[in-house]
Formats: sequence, C-alpha cells, structure tokens
Amino acid sequence: MTDLNDYRFTETHEWVHLREDGLFYVGITDHAQEEITDIVFVDLPESGRVVNAGDELLLVDSVKASFSIYAPVSGTVERSNEALANSPELVNSSPYEDGWLVALKPSDTADTDSLMTHDQYLAFVESQQ
Amino acid sequence: MRREPLLFERSESANSGWYRADGDMPDTPPEELLPSRYLRRERAALPEVSELEVVRHFTRLSQLNFCIDTHFYPLGSCTMKYNPKVNEKAAQLPGLTQMHPFAPESASQGSLQLLNELQQLLCEICGMSAFSLHAAAGAQGELAGILIARAYHQSRGETRRQIVIPDTAHGTNPASAHLGGYQVVTVKSNARGRTDLSALREAVTDQTALFMLTNPNTLGLFEDDIIEIAEIVHERGALLYLDGANLNALVGVVRPGDLGFDILHLNTHKTFSTPHGGGGPGAGPVGVAAHLAQYLPGWVVERSEDVFRLKRPERSIGLLRAFFGSVGVLVRAYSYIRALGAEGLRRNTEGAVISANYLRILLSSVFRLYVDEPCMHECVLSALAQKKRGARALDVGKRLLDYGFHPPTTYFPLIVEEALMVEPTESETKETLDAFVQALQAIDAEINSNPEVVQTSPHSMPVGRLDEVRAAREPILKWTPQMSISGARNTASVG
Repeated sequence: MTDLNDYRFTETHEWVHLREDGLFYVGITDHAQEEITDIVFVDLPESGRVVNAGDELLLVDSVKASFSIYAPVSGTVERSNEALANSPELVNSSPYEDGWLVALKPSDTADTDSLMTHDQYLAFVESQQ
Repeated sequence: MRREPLLFERSESANSGWYRADGDMPDTPPEELLPSRYLRRERAALPEVSELEVVRHFTRLSQLNFCIDTHFYPLGSCTMKYNPKVNEKAAQLPGLTQMHPFAPESASQGSLQLLNELQQLLCEICGMSAFSLHAAAGAQGELAGILIARAYHQSRGETRRQIVIPDTAHGTNPASAHLGGYQVVTVKSNARGRTDLSALREAVTDQTALFMLTNPNTLGLFEDDIIEIAEIVHERGALLYLDGANLNALVGVVRPGDLGFDILHLNTHKTFSTPHGGGGPGAGPVGVAAHLAQYLPGWVVERSEDVFRLKRPERSIGLLRAFFGSVGVLVRAYSYIRALGAEGLRRNTEGAVISANYLRILLSSVFRLYVDEPCMHECVLSALAQKKRGARALDVGKRLLDYGFHPPTTYFPLIVEEALMVEPTESETKETLDAFVQALQAIDAEINSNPEVVQTSPHSMPVGRLDEVRAAREPILKWTPQMSISGARNTASVG
C-alpha cells in the first residue's frame, strides 16, 4: 500500500520516492496527470543520463500539449519504466505506482530536504487555484 | 452521420476513368520484358471508378471543409485571415508558373526581380538589412535563424550552448533550439503576462546564444519592456530573435529592427495571406541585421544596375532545400503587399488589433481575461469558471462548430488554465464578430441549462466528437479492405 507520506513533491508537480533498491523513483502527481489529461506518449530518457535537480528529465505528450518533467533530485538515470512505451495511460491510472517514470541513482549531493511533504504539496496546489 | 466512402470503397471492377485508344504498337506481355521476380503476383488494388465518380468524390470532400472561405475562423496564433483571390491570379500567371529553376538568369529576370523586390519590401516592413526567401516554412526559418546565430558566435570563437525562451513561447521554439543542438532555458512570465526582467537577467549569461521572443507574445500582449530586454541580451553578447508568428499586429506600425531584433522569421501564410497548410508548400523568409547578412541561407537575389542575379551569401549556413524557396507562395505574399501598399498594410494591422480588443471587451463578460489589459491582435480568455460548471474549454470550442464558427485555439499558451485564444484578424465584419459573441453567450447559458449538449458537441458536423486520445495512442495509418464499413455505398447516396 502506497503511503504518500513517504513521498516528496516539487512545485513543478513531480514526486520522488526512495525505495528499497536504493533508487529514487520519480513520477508526476495525481494533480499533474489530471491537468495534463490523457497521456499518449512518454519520451523516456536513456539509462546513464546525468541530471541535476531542476533539469528537464523527459517529456510527456497528451492530446493537449507536450509537457516537460523536471528532475526532483540530482542523479543518474538507472532505468526508465519500459511499460510506458506501450501503456502510457498507466501514468493517468496509477501515477504513484505503476505509472512511475524514471529511477534515479542519487548523486552524493542529492537530497529531498527542500522538497514538500504530501500535505504541504496539497496545500500548495490549493493555494495555486 | 454522413460518411464519404474512400475511392477504394467505391471501386467497381471494370469501371474506368479513361479508355486507351488502340495504338499501332504491339502489346508485349510483361513476362517477356521483365524477370519474373519483379512482376506482381496479384493485380494492384487500384480503385476502379469513373471520372464522374472521382469528380463527385473530391467535390463532396471539399464541401466537408470547414475553412476560411466558408466560416469565421478565429484560431488564435494562426492568423486565419482572408487569402485574397487576386493573389491566386498573380501566382497562376504563366510567366511565373512555367519558369524552370535551371533557366539561365537572362531568361528569368522577371521572377528574379519579383523576388528581389519582395526581399526589399520585407526589409522595409521589418526594419532589417537583408532577407533570404529560401526557407520552406516558418519552422525551417526558425532553424535557419538558430544556425545563423551559431555561425555568428563560432566566427567570434565562442561556443555558446544555451537558448533562452519565455514560458509563453510556441512549441516550435524549444523544438528548433533542440534541433540546433542547444539547451533550452525557460524564463517565467510576470503577473502582467510579459517576460520577467529579473528572471531574464538571471537566465541570460555568457553561455546564451539567443533569446527567442514572440512580440506581441502568445498572450496577445506587446512586450513593452522590449528595449530593456534587447539591452540585457546584447550586453551579454547574445542575439535577439523574433518569432514572427504574431507580426500581423505590427506590420506598418512597428518595425522589429527598430526594437533591437537581430534575426527574425516570418510566416507568409499568417501575415501575408498565403494559404495555410493543406500539405502544400509554405515560405518562412528570414531577415537579419547587417552584421548577420553574410550567414543567410540559400540564395539572395541581388540587383546591379538593371540586372538581377542569384548570390550565395559569403558565409551562408547553406541550403535548407532545393532552389529559391516556394516561389508560388512568395508571389502571393508579394501580390498581397503590393495590392495593399504601406497605407493598406497599416490599416489591416489596425483592423486586426481593433477587432481583437472589441472581442476582448465583449467576451470579458462571459470568460475571465488572463491579463485585463488592452491586447494586440488576439486575446486569451480562460474557461475555468465554465469548467467548474461542467464544460471545459474543449467542449465550448466543439459546441461553437454547431453555431457555425471554427473554435478558437484551446489550451495554449500553456500557462493559462482552460485557455481560449481568440484571433479575429482584420478580415471580419462587426456583424460577424457580434454573432460570434452571441454564440459564446448562448453556449455559456447552455452550460447551466443543458450541459450535456455542450459536453457531447458537435452535433451538426459530418463527424461527432472524435476520440483524440485513441487516435494518438492507436493510430491507424493504412487502409485495408477489411475496414470498409458495410453499406458505405448506400450512405453515400444520401450525401
């Protein structure tokens, strides 16, 4: 069972979650997938790409537009969610679990302290309406 | 729903559009001429239809068109203005259509003079030093502009890696920057919907090759800090690029060169009334300030005495396509400019801006204005309140079709939630604009009284609400006989 209290969130609507394999899993929030609407393509990055926190990590396309997804923490792309190649709709149906985008191997300086908790994120979204 | 069958579905064996007269050459079986491995085993599945069937098919398809020649088409950022028929007449003059690109210069002086004069006219309209008419369309013009900037920086021994773009930019800007090998740095807009100057100061560094700006921007707002923006960009040694998508708001009134732009591209199909899309050719002329003229793509037409010559600029970024651009399209742009003259061009610009502001004020009683200030040639509204009542911007747009209007651009620019972007152009009468406002007021009332009719619209079109998501996820790109809808022939007889 997903406990979103373990997740951390950005103002650009990504989540990041440290899992048992020591990797930081990255996805987009439920609010983000709702705003983007039905996702039709995810442009997954290749393994080995090095990103800094805030860098553009990948693009997702909906019928509305193409959206940039930013790296919540610094690290190296360890792997991408290959299931999204054939089933991009997983990002809509399961944004926090099956619809994860990328697993990052954190750099030494990677930290999530500056990111929001789930409650803080929900309050942030509310304040933006 | 009325469905026009494909010609393949209309095919009846032994129907034919033509009959070959008996010739005096013997018919040789193909087996005697070609090795068997090159011969078809089955007949090619070509449609067998009579000439009249073909004429009716394409006439019916043309009647299904929802186009500027039939309907008001306020598609924001696209400048769907009237394409005067005199342009077509000019472009069909045999002396122009029958010109061959390999004809010697001495035999093509008329065409070259026209292209040279168009270069001069665009220089005068835009306040630039030189123009190349070579690029095939706006996006290619944009790439050319980026390659010019790269060549310029390289000539100074600098490798700059970034291009700065505002968050209101058209998607082509980051796409062209990526294609040119640059990293994209995005600058946020301020509360007035303009480039945030302090964010720009941070973003523009000695790594910046170019700042790409659309002015007026995609919110339809004039970037009134443009002089300061040009200073910030130039102080760091970067170049200032104008995406000319919205030039229809400036022609005859403001010259981009006077604002500090170093490079720009134009979309002749927007500003200069050449036809949009349809798979046909386009043109994306690129203009530059004097210090960049030597990098222009393709050829420029020079005049010495009374002779016109093609010339490759000394340090040209090279060819983007064959020959001199889409000359037929350029003739149309030339015809438009010459027919209107300086006064007429200015009058059109003023008309476009007045029409957009007229709609902005009337529509602000129905939709929320993203920025409540006078706009230029288009205005951006938000259907967020309508969404809360049950109908999204998409639904409102689709419902407009039932009222006989093409939808505005929706969901762009991206920073506006439930965006409706309305660009009336100078071509429409006040009566048409009033009818458009009344339609939107009626739709707004329907959202309260009968939301379902809006949510499931359109109801009067040849096809209803299309499944855009499925079309994107599971595109069917090839017709096969199994796809024929049974009874298509019967349905067609109704149409």
